Amino acid sequence: MGGVHPEENKISTQAVIEPFPVPEKVVVLMNQHLGAPATPIVNKGDKVKVGQLIAEAKAFMCANIHSPVSGTVSKIDVCKDPFGVSKPAIYIDVEGDEWMETIDRTPDIKRECTLTPQEIVAKLKDMGIVGLGGATFPAHIKYNVPEGKKAEYLIINAVECEPYLTSDHRVMMEHAEEICIGVSILRKALGVPNAYIGIENNKPEPIAVMKAMASKFEGIIVEPLKVRYPQGAEKQLINAITGRRVPSGKLPIDVGCVVSNVGTTFAVYEAIQKNKPLIENILTVTGKKIPSQHNYQVRIGISYGDIIKHSIGELPATTGKVISGGPMMGKAIYNLDGPTVKGAASVLVIDESEAIRDKESNCIRCGKCVSACPMGLEPYYFSGLVRNERFAEAKDRNILDCIECGCCFFSCPANKPLLDEIRMGKNKVRAMMAAQKK
Amino acid sequence: MKLLNVSGSPHVHSDESTKKIMWRVNIALIPMLLVAIAFFGLNALLVSLVSVACCVLFQWLIEKFILKVPSTICDGSAVVTGLLLAFNVPATREMFWIVAIGALVAIGIGKMSFGGLGKNPFNPALVGRVFLLISFPVQMTTWPKPGENLFSMVSVPTTDATTGATPLGILKENGTDALPQVWDMLLGHIGGSLGEVSAIAILIGAIYLLCKKVISWHIPVAFIGTAFVFSGILWLIDPTAYMNPVYSILSGGLMLGACFMATDMVTSPMAKSGQLLFGFGCGLLTIIIRTWGAYPEGVSFAILLMNAVTPLINRWCKPARFAK
Repeated sequence: MGGVHPEENKISTQAVIEPFPVPEKVVVLMNQHLGAPATPIVNKGDKVKVGQLIAEAKAFMCANIHSPVSGTVSKIDVCKDPFGVSKPAIYIDVEGDEWMETIDRTPDIKRECTLTPQEIVAKLKDMGIVGLGGATFPAHIKYNVPEGKKAEYLIINAVECEPYLTSDHRVMMEHAEEICIGVSILRKALGVPNAYIGIENNKPEPIAVMKAMASKFEGIIVEPLKVRYPQGAEKQLINAITGRRVPSGKLPIDVGCVVSNVGTTFAVYEAIQKNKPLIENILTVTGKKIPSQHNYQVRIGISYGDIIKHSIGELPATTGKVISGGPMMGKAIYNLDGPTVKGAASVLVIDESEAIRDKESNCIRCGKCVSACPMGLEPYYFSGLVRNERFAEAKDRNILDCIECGCCFFSCPANKPLLDEIRMGKNKVRAMMAAQKK
Repeated sequence: MKLLNVSGSPHVHSDESTKKIMWRVNIALIPMLLVAIAFFGLNALLVSLVSVACCVLFQWLIEKFILKVPSTICDGSAVVTGLLLAFNVPATREMFWIVAIGALVAIGIGKMSFGGLGKNPFNPALVGRVFLLISFPVQMTTWPKPGENLFSMVSVPTTDATTGATPLGILKENGTDALPQVWDMLLGHIGGSLGEVSAIAILIGAIYLLCKKVISWHIPVAFIGTAFVFSGILWLIDPTAYMNPVYSILSGGLMLGACFMATDMVTSPMAKSGQLLFGFGCGLLTIIIRTWGAYPEGVSFAILLMNAVTPLINRWCKPARFAK
């Protein structure tokens, strides 16, 4: 149902994942995940090693944060993130590259896992694993299935339906076995019989590689899917694989599903089998007009500016926008000095010619937004409601079902900023509901 | 340092635009124009030109001097209205000035008075057409006989061609015996308004629009299907009094209305279920008006009536929610 088919532009699929050089300094934000910020446990002047715990999850919805580099804590202060929001952060000056002794840095693949499900979940928490598909949901909460609910399906999201992005593609090509081990570990943690890896048909190479590898494992099934944005959205993927639908306002576990991004399963493997906390991302540097395309394994906390400087030098003169994430759901970067965080998947450079929106004109009531909406909503109607501040009606018409995939604005021939208006409407509705609760 | 753009997602856009959609509709109308010129001669071309020119001019004048807003004539929607209006009048010389009045009503009252493209509740071309039908009943139903001035492109006749009746007119006056051949109705070799005579030309345009995803199949299929079934039932009851359903759907403005007027996105429902209901209503009303109404033709009235209930249909027929 619904959806669109934007130009794929997967131009960096052949760029092998390179280790990104260790920078001179990093800034580690304390909000790298969904939920409350982590609490720093180091002080100014402390020496830290790569992989050392530097901030602890004190709240329920929170995740541990480890140092991505070795060196000295220079200050604990606030830092403007790439999108202009000030957040608490730990600044570290890099000295050498000294890792924690517990981390297994050998290239050997470790296949056996003897941990119990509880131990696996506890270790995911220790290692600060969060979902790398975009929402950065803390993994230990996701894999700790609440009482009274039962996981029946483990779904691995390798859809990568966003145009341009290729980090999942490359991880599958280069780390298929580690991914399958990671999937087996998660399968064990949940106690489900089968795990399904959903990959869109426009990625024949990863499908072949993953199918060959999955056949050596028990209970891992690769599901090729028809290409359709936003199939990588959690609710849409669950529907594509199981035929089930997550009800409004509910979580995947309410229909017996747990969804994990394929990049996360690789991080799970490294955390459980190699004792490596989540300190690195696989990140794509791409764009139509930049001189070279890259996929990097990059330490968290490096600024976007440093990544651009090392990979392509200067931004092209005609650069219009730099986006963290894909062009459909990614965020436009406001501050290139801002650091990367867990789950940062790309640096996407968009040319001026594509970065400026065309002029808005009257809605011609074509209904393209209605047909495109994967949630079966009426974006054009929200536009009118929000402009007239009729938020109660917007709530009744299920504005909160919106997953912000952008299909409505993408397909609007009148260039109405539909998603901007819906986002504002959602915020107002949430505020309204919070006020009513009080 | 050069500043970066910042905006909410999505950061890419499909290459759809209102302008593209409207010009595609204009392209789809070309086969009908060619058939009209072939059967009705230079008059057809001149009526179309006058109609289009007046629609564009009136929109430009209203936007510049009355509304004082930037001109939107380049989006092609005034050309669509002009062509559709011309396609709904007979190709006679009197129409040269009558259609200009129709253009003023279509653009001025039908469209700009509501705020321009997208805001009009009724199909502007039909507003113009119905105004003309009521104001100039004789001229609007004096049909040139097709083919008789087939060569008028080379020798412009000094008088109008001999007038002939439309199949629906024949039916109202003479019963079912005197109807033309189905083949002639497919090709367009019958009496009628400029653009409505050839079912084949209309279908070529409609298929183009379907392929370009400007229209969807829901409204035309529901409209034509309902008309076919309903008139078929009547025909089965009494074949001497009622028209064969094949004639029903090929005659008058039904094909043109179903494919180009009812599918006007501005005035038809948004959800697919609503579009089916809309098409059903159009088909039903058309046959009711044709059978029991005072006018031989009911397509324009049927579509305008359904335009009026479109906001209600939008209320009832919502898309199926993904997450209940």
